[in-house]
Amino acid sequence: MSSFVSYLINGISLGSVYAIIALGYTMVYGIAKMLNFAHGDVIMVGGYAALTMMTVSGAHPLVAILVAVLVCTTLGITIERVAYRPLRGAASPLAVLITAIGVSYLLQNLALLIFGANTKSFQSVVTIPAVKLADGAINITGETIVTIVACIVIMLGLTTFIKKTKAGQAMLAVSEDKGAAQLMGINVNGTIALTFAIGSALAAIAGVLLCSAYPSLTPYTGAMPGIKAFVAAVFGGIGSITGAMIGGILLGVIEILGKAYISSQMADAIVFAVLIIVLLVKPTGLLGKQIQEKV
Amino acid sequence: MKKMDKTFKSNCITYGMVIAAYIIVQIMVGTGNISSLMKGLLVPVCVYIVMAVSLNLVVGISGELSLGHAGFMCVGAFSSAFFSKCVQEALPNSGFRFFLAIVLGAAVAAVFGLLIGIPVLRLKGDYLAIVTLAFGEIIKNVINVFYIGKDSTGFHFSMKDQFSMGMEPTGTVILNGPQGITGTPKDASFTVGVILILITLFVVLNLINSRDGRAIKSIRDNRIAAESVGINITKYKLMAFTVSAALAGAAGALYAHNLATLQGKKFDYNMSIMALVFVVLGGIGNIRGSVIAAVVLTLLPELLRGLSDYRMLIYAIVLIVMMLFNWAPKALEWRERYLSRFFRKQEKEGK
Amino acid sequence: MKKFGKAVSILACAAMTASLVAAPVAAEGTFKIGGIGPMTGGAAVYGQAVMNAAQLAVDEINAAGGVNGAELEFNAQDDEHDAEKSVNAYNTLKDWGMQMLLGTVTSAPCIAVEAEAMNDNMFLLTPSGSAVECISGDNAFRVCFSDPNQGTASAQYIGENKLATKVAAIYDSSDVYSSGIFATFQAEAANQGLEIVAAEAFTADSKTDFSVQLQKAKDAGAELVFLPIYYTEASLILQQAAGMDFAPIFFGCDGLDGLLAVEGFDTSLAEGVMLLTPFAADAEDELTQTFVANYKEQFGDTPNQFAADAYDGIYAIKAALEKAGATPDMDASEICDLMKVAMTEITMDGLTGSGITWSADGEPTKAPKAVVITDGAYKAM
Repeated sequence: MSSFVSYLINGISLGSVYAIIALGYTMVYGIAKMLNFAHGDVIMVGGYAALTMMTVSGAHPLVAILVAVLVCTTLGITIERVAYRPLRGAASPLAVLITAIGVSYLLQNLALLIFGANTKSFQSVVTIPAVKLADGAINITGETIVTIVACIVIMLGLTTFIKKTKAGQAMLAVSEDKGAAQLMGINVNGTIALTFAIGSALAAIAGVLLCSAYPSLTPYTGAMPGIKAFVAAVFGGIGSITGAMIGGILLGVIEILGKAYISSQMADAIVFAVLIIVLLVKPTGLLGKQIQEKV
Repeated sequence: MKKMDKTFKSNCITYGMVIAAYIIVQIMVGTGNISSLMKGLLVPVCVYIVMAVSLNLVVGISGELSLGHAGFMCVGAFSSAFFSKCVQEALPNSGFRFFLAIVLGAAVAAVFGLLIGIPVLRLKGDYLAIVTLAFGEIIKNVINVFYIGKDSTGFHFSMKDQFSMGMEPTGTVILNGPQGITGTPKDASFTVGVILILITLFVVLNLINSRDGRAIKSIRDNRIAAESVGINITKYKLMAFTVSAALAGAAGALYAHNLATLQGKKFDYNMSIMALVFVVLGGIGNIRGSVIAAVVLTLLPELLRGLSDYRMLIYAIVLIVMMLFNWAPKALEWRERYLSRFFRKQEKEGK
Repeated sequence: MKKFGKAVSILACAAMTASLVAAPVAAEGTFKIGGIGPMTGGAAVYGQAVMNAAQLAVDEINAAGGVNGAELEFNAQDDEHDAEKSVNAYNTLKDWGMQMLLGTVTSAPCIAVEAEAMNDNMFLLTPSGSAVECISGDNAFRVCFSDPNQGTASAQYIGENKLATKVAAIYDSSDVYSSGIFATFQAEAANQGLEIVAAEAFTADSKTDFSVQLQKAKDAGAELVFLPIYYTEASLILQQAAGMDFAPIFFGCDGLDGLLAVEGFDTSLAEGVMLLTPFAADAEDELTQTFVANYKEQFGDTPNQFAADAYDGIYAIKAALEKAGATPDMDASEICDLMKVAMTEITMDGLTGSGITWSADGEPTKAPKAVVITDGAYKAM
């Protein structure tokens, strides 16, 4: 029984990392309607930015996170401006998807040239001690606690931002109908840029937390968590902020329990199989909106 | 009537292009004027052309975004390589054996395409994309835990490890989990590759221009309208998906018989995405474009080898720039203004 | 759209013709050694180490007067850890006029390249391709231990020194190296009276969280955890094991070498980790110390076991070339025929062992050294 509980906790802790990445993913998708394949690599950049701040200039972890957020926000806005915006209005939405893949390769190879291929170990920014329950049989690390708290704070923050502020309402409007939003006097390009800025800032925080929980950093660190987070976002219903959080945590739990009770070799297959079943039953994910097609 | 002629002409150009390229390369091989690198790239280029054209059938003609195309290639590659390894002694005639292997690879992939297509094609857009990606990853993952060996008592199978098969010590392991299949006979050749391209083009171009093809396109353009005039949506979607899967399986068979080693991890989502890049860069629905894009993008990283460390970086930049140049509305406008004048002039002079 | 298609096809044709023309084989007075390994992609760290160290060795040899009066020339090509790209790299090197190949670095690509090299009768010396099939032809040799060799040796070492009886293993089931070692370890463990209480796999797609694998090993009461994996994952495993108060003996193979060199890694976590490796970067002998110092100076990192294998590989090629009396004007096939014989006749003192000899099947004979990490440094056992 205690091992089941500890598997569950490990699943939640892995899932919380997926969730925090998925939040950025789903946000960008919801408004810009594009799968940003480079999101995972922005996370990696955030990790390197924070690491460089901490090791080279010996900055306080909080300062390092701040710098990482700034770097990623700038990067996100630049990528949107240079690579994605020119393709808005292209004949097929696939064009921007492929460009995003190009950006992903670009970031990976830039990092490879700048930081080298060697694995770098990341000093955790979390100083909270682990919580031990049931005589040490169950162990909740400080990173898990911080990640989950950060996840909830970000989720609530984003929801409030979208519901209560003008910019947030503009985002909603753009996600519903770009043309109509423009007619209502909303700056569509500006709103989408803002979305990318927020998404990338979240990626930076996710990067720092990912590297704190799993402290190894290479130029390819972001790729797989990026894909998993994408799966999590779809799982929860892409575009839904609460869905991303739930999807992320469920994904982590399924992955860990699958490894523990079915087969450690097949863990990924199990995760994907569950995803397929969920989508076949609920074709727009757990909390996704069902949009009726009109004639 | 006139329109018919135009399609016919366009198709002839596509076939002609492939045949001309084949003849030129054969002359160069014959006279010894070809580098080893190019010679080695001939078969992979054929593989990727078939992949791109077959994916274009799903993405361009049927209008469904599939990110699991590598999964079908994986199935075709492994089933055909497995077959070739098993019958290597019984069938010494490599040509006939390879023909059977390709047919088998295509058939197995078609079955998978059909089985996966039935549930999956109910979904739309990005949800379809993620489910096909999931299927591709599952196929890769499952192949990675398969162990199949053969000894005097017959086949042994395990999903755990090599020892759980309980084989006699003299038996041979054919499919060794993540290490895949090694020692597949090298039956693939450029000629077979080109024949496969021509067959693929023939199948796809004929399907597009047939009654069925028009039905498929009508579903892409307006599903509800198509349904209302009595077109069976599921049937036609499945048709495109299955044909595409079968062709990908044949490409996989070609791939497997070109290298001495075959591993499941090669066929991950990156491979599917690469095929998608060919399709989108070449123009969605444009078959000839897919052929050209597959050739260019397969050769590009090899031609950039001189740049050593900067190679993949430049590749990424070139990819982004090509996409912008090819798709951005502003770039299209600009091209319309400047380039079209240039080409029109050229055409006039040509006449 | 169509017009662009035309523009692209013209471009493509131009590019094709440019690349189609066969490069002339230069017959200058140098031995041309090619190198293939992953310089980009997830396995880049191994390829880069090999290429750096090989270049270092080539420069040293040239500075000391070359081989048989001729200089060595080294050309490294990237294969992205992919069999298909590896064959492309091999063909590129052939166009360059390669006479011998140091590579390829990783196992699966090496198998594909070896099939080509065997056809061409090209001499192949892989520094670190450890799968059995990497050196299937008589033209191929290797510097590192083979996978079966490492798995068996590990099980024997654990059994003979009575380190533990209840053993767990955590391995990468999607990796040729890792699953290869584990398979032979498992076979030999039975003979050594070791009980494998948990054999837990992970895959390249889920290699961040090892809590389940560790939990299972812990619940099964494992006294020793065998890690036939690379150090990147091992550093995560050690960290997560410490987080859950699980402290068995960790025992690894040569892939664990490099653990202490991970930037920012808390080396106290690796205290007591044992590994079988032919090379330790802080060994006391002069050869190792000069190599490590030179490598650090040029490339800024501590060399790992891959670098050491490559460095030895170049010196083995040098020794064999001298033994065979080869000259740079010979073609690849002639050199290969000479090298096949010469490799079995040389005895070499290198970074990865002293008195290394090769048998005709291409396997090296050298003793694996068991080291244990104490106070943040490798100590011989």
